[in-house]
Amino acid sequence: MDWGTLQKVLGGVNKHSTSIGKIWLTVLFIFRVMILVVAAERVWGDEQSDFVCNTLQPGCKNVCYDYFFPISHIRLWALQLIFVSTPALLVAMHIAHRRHEKKRQLTSGEKVDIEELNKQKFHIQGPLWWTYTCSIFFRIIFEAVFMYVFYVLYDGYEMPRLLKCSVWPCPNTVDCFVSRPTEKTMFTIFMLSVSGICMLLNVAEICYLVIKFCMKAPRKPATLK
Amino acid sequence: MSWGFLRDILSGVTKYSTGIGRIWLAIVFIFRLLVYVVAAEHVWKNEQQEFECNIRQPGCENVCFDHFFPISQIRLWALQLIMVSTPSLLVVLHVAYRESREKRHKKKLYKTPGSMDGGLLCTYLISLIFKTGFEIGFLVLFYKLYGGFNVPRLVKCDMRPCPNTVDCYISKPTEKKVFLYFVVVTSCLCIVLNVSELSYLIFKYTIKCCLKRYDKKVQTMKSECQKLKYVDPDEPASTALFHSNASPVLVNMPDKPESNLPTDLRG
Repeated sequence: MDWGTLQKVLGGVNKHSTSIGKIWLTVLFIFRVMILVVAAERVWGDEQSDFVCNTLQPGCKNVCYDYFFPISHIRLWALQLIFVSTPALLVAMHIAHRRHEKKRQLTSGEKVDIEELNKQKFHIQGPLWWTYTCSIFFRIIFEAVFMYVFYVLYDGYEMPRLLKCSVWPCPNTVDCFVSRPTEKTMFTIFMLSVSGICMLLNVAEICYLVIKFCMKAPRKPATLK
Repeated sequence: MSWGFLRDILSGVTKYSTGIGRIWLAIVFIFRLLVYVVAAEHVWKNEQQEFECNIRQPGCENVCFDHFFPISQIRLWALQLIMVSTPSLLVVLHVAYRESREKRHKKKLYKTPGSMDGGLLCTYLISLIFKTGFEIGFLVLFYKLYGGFNVPRLVKCDMRPCPNTVDCYISKPTEKKVFLYFVVVTSCLCIVLNVSELSYLIFKYTIKCCLKRYDKKVQTMKSECQKLKYVDPDEPASTALFHSNASPVLVNMPDKPESNLPTDLRG
């Protein structure tokens, strides 16, 4: 049970996505999930053990670490990726529901090839269009919220080398040093940029879907004439 | 043997679940299992090494950690995930039992082994009740063991061999608190889904039952009507019908003058 499960579930939605949606999914898995698992987790692996404070006071290090890192970058990214991926499940559920309805309609009379039904691609129109557009909208919201939370929690996107801590039980003010600050800053900026690219892709996809919908709508009255 | 095993077993349950059941499964997989494996486990990874007490007395840290964490929150969470997922297996077992029965008797005993009726419906309802019970039980256990869902930064310990009272500091308390709230929220969401699924199924099958009974009554009345449409008065069955409280009877009158049966019997 790991990111592979998420990939399997979302892979099913890929079939019914637009081209921009497919690019978004590729960017998500290669430049975010994979980077998180193979690289970022190692960089943040020793974050507390190598967080050193210039004091012998027991407990001071724990308290300062907790004060400056209420929730670790790595965990926030993991939650961000999970939340950003879940709206696609709405689309997967809608498609599964339509397949189920079709199966029920067909099995009452004709013979049905289950394999063919499962492989059939649904076009993004009608209620599915609304579900798909809503899911993209929620993706954008979640991305924006997480980027804002990052900014607020860590006062920007840079990892400082030195933090000054005066939380009890630390005596007066204590200097605490973060491990690998430059590497962490680079990864933070990288993940942020990829987040931004994903947001742009989502916005482009929404515009594409809206334009497609508007172009189809005026054609309908013309054909009726 | 790991969480993948549980995931594979639960994937088999999807086939026999209702719509709400599938949403419940998706929430358990994505927001509970996946979050546990990729994020939460790492937060509690070195909890004892990072648990620090302001004392040099050997053994004091161990004793204090054991006193405040009789069972670690992460292990309790794992047990909760396992216990909450397993009642769904009752349904899978029941379907497997039905299929083996059909094989043994070599004939079709059920519409489909996975159709939700009779015994399978009862099994499903029981599994929902157990799931809800386990969720509530674990939430109460979390609350009782840790004095609410709070993870304090500092705990004061006076267990032997610690001299007097000692300050002990828990590592990453804020992050642990965030994940505990996450556990509570997802648990409550799952409880709500289970209760709504239970109510939906009970309501649906009560209505079905009532409609069936009403249908049956209408059918019997219709068939009686049909039977009595053309009745030969000489038939022995007809006398019984004439004396019953059935709906109006139309009698086919023969051309025999000695017949003295009434032409219209409206009881």
